[in-house]
Amino acid sequence: MSTSAHRMRKRAGRGGVMGSAGLYIATGVAALLFLVPFYLLVRNALATDPEITGENWKFFPTHIQWGNITEPFEDPTVDFGRSMWNSLVVGVLHTAGTLFVCSLAGYALARIPYRHANKVFYAVLVTLMVPAAVTFVPSFVLVSSLGWVDSYRGLIVPGLFSGFTCFLFRQYFLGFPKELEEAARVDGLGHWGAYWRVVVPNSLNFFAAIATITFINGWNSFLWPLVVGQDPSAWTVQVALSSYMTNQTVNYHLIFMATAISILPLLFVFLFLQRWLVQGIAQTGIKG
Amino acid sequence: MSTTTTRDLASPTPAEATGARPRRGPRGSRTLSFWLFTSPFLVGLIVFVYVPIGWSLYLSFFEARFTVTPSEFTGLGNYREILSDSGFMGSLGTFTVFAAFIVPTTWALSLGLALLVDRLRFMRAFYRSVFFLPTACSYVAASLIWKMSLFNGVRFGLANTVIGWFGVDNVAWLANPDPPWYWLVIVTARLWLQSGFYMILFLAALQNIPPELYEAAAIDGAKPGWQTFRYITLPQLRATSTAVILLLLVAAYQAFDEFFNLLSKTTWGRPPLVELYYTALGQDQNYGKGSAGAVVLTVLICVVTLLQGRIMGFGRGEEAK
Repeated sequence: MSTSAHRMRKRAGRGGVMGSAGLYIATGVAALLFLVPFYLLVRNALATDPEITGENWKFFPTHIQWGNITEPFEDPTVDFGRSMWNSLVVGVLHTAGTLFVCSLAGYALARIPYRHANKVFYAVLVTLMVPAAVTFVPSFVLVSSLGWVDSYRGLIVPGLFSGFTCFLFRQYFLGFPKELEEAARVDGLGHWGAYWRVVVPNSLNFFAAIATITFINGWNSFLWPLVVGQDPSAWTVQVALSSYMTNQTVNYHLIFMATAISILPLLFVFLFLQRWLVQGIAQTGIKG
Repeated sequence: MSTTTTRDLASPTPAEATGARPRRGPRGSRTLSFWLFTSPFLVGLIVFVYVPIGWSLYLSFFEARFTVTPSEFTGLGNYREILSDSGFMGSLGTFTVFAAFIVPTTWALSLGLALLVDRLRFMRAFYRSVFFLPTACSYVAASLIWKMSLFNGVRFGLANTVIGWFGVDNVAWLANPDPPWYWLVIVTARLWLQSGFYMILFLAALQNIPPELYEAAAIDGAKPGWQTFRYITLPQLRATSTAVILLLLVAAYQAFDEFFNLLSKTTWGRPPLVELYYTALGQDQNYGKGSAGAVVLTVLICVVTLLQGRIMGFGRGEEAK
């Protein structure tokens, strides 16, 4: 693409050692500021309470307390291990389910000619006007009448039917090369067979991008798990963290360690899947 | 359902040409496939999106406390109640203040970061990752860091330690609404969390600006720096800026997590969703009033989205390119 030429020109235009140094200093300072909260998190997670709350606050703790790592799991007041497990189950099933239903529907809307397809598409588009968060009261009313409060079903199922994800898949499949599908159909595959054997295997990048974003949103979501998970056994990790903040007794290093552990899975996702994530965001411009 | 007799010869679809599944005829097979592919999604959409919205409309006309199958019809009573509720109306004010802070600051910061990163020659990927990394944090985790460490009201909070170096007294950041320092806490937390995400959008847009424009501007005597930015970069980013502002507004409208966690024991600084949470799921479980509130909020956001799209000409810049 022309981006390299673009950059070349800008370098020539900017020029000057001074301008370049200023650029790097500004970026470096901004980056340090962005890293401060992460540093505080790790520092406090590996420190003793007096070192967190003491009079003489030091930037570096004197002794690193590696023993803090297991403490959230041994805490009798909040079952942190259970909440991590709940988040993992919810995050994985939420991602798999969303991808399954939304991609199928998006494909049909883009590629299977049917007289009333437009009407169906409008019915999906209308839901984009109403953000899911605004309707949490009616959704809770429904889920509690189904008896799904405090269950994985209640946490997962209502969030699967994202009009927006369906819309993204439709837009993507509109641009999927027709020749590949035609070849599959010449080989005698129907829509269903062509979809699973040709379309999906050739769209794995897009699926990975959407999966990454969906998983991050699922892991980090708070309002719906707070509403549905009323019993501590159904808490996700975000609800558990929130409960620490309102507890009577505050155990600082434990709280920070729990927070650090809750972020770890997503840091892995970021480090290893960043390519798809950035690609997905740039393509779709979404999150949440 | 499947009409096999009338064949639409005009439609030039590949399905027709190859004629897979000769048993049912192409159109019947297509109809069947269409519903096979869409029904899992559509059934879910109806049950979990349309039904709750309909039900909530229904509940909003009834007296419904602690029950979701009410019998006492109250007409517009719930609406009158919620629209004269000082808490609910105040929450709309809170949203307005919040949006006025967070939308311009996030727009400027994410654009600024994108301009910086776009110019870098070395360690581009590294800096991009650093600014993007906070997106991995949840609002709950960020609230916890902000409340317990960064903006703790006592001496050991980093903010108070830093202002202490300059001889300024400790500030109770969250525990006191006057002066409303809590806005600084709320806004910086969200800025940190979301700027990297919008930076990615701006970066992608910056790389799509044709370099010829800058060359032409240089020939016409535009100085690199402010002039090129003002007359080339900014107009070329119009479509992205509009989309970002719209996304930011909708996100601010749905703000819940950080307000709920940072201001958990306070009565001030409640945006609409927090207010709704306490109305519908708080002590008196007033589903009727809560549903009326949800309907009002839904209508408001629909109007705002539509007006925004109209006024700012959503997507027009893209076509002009």
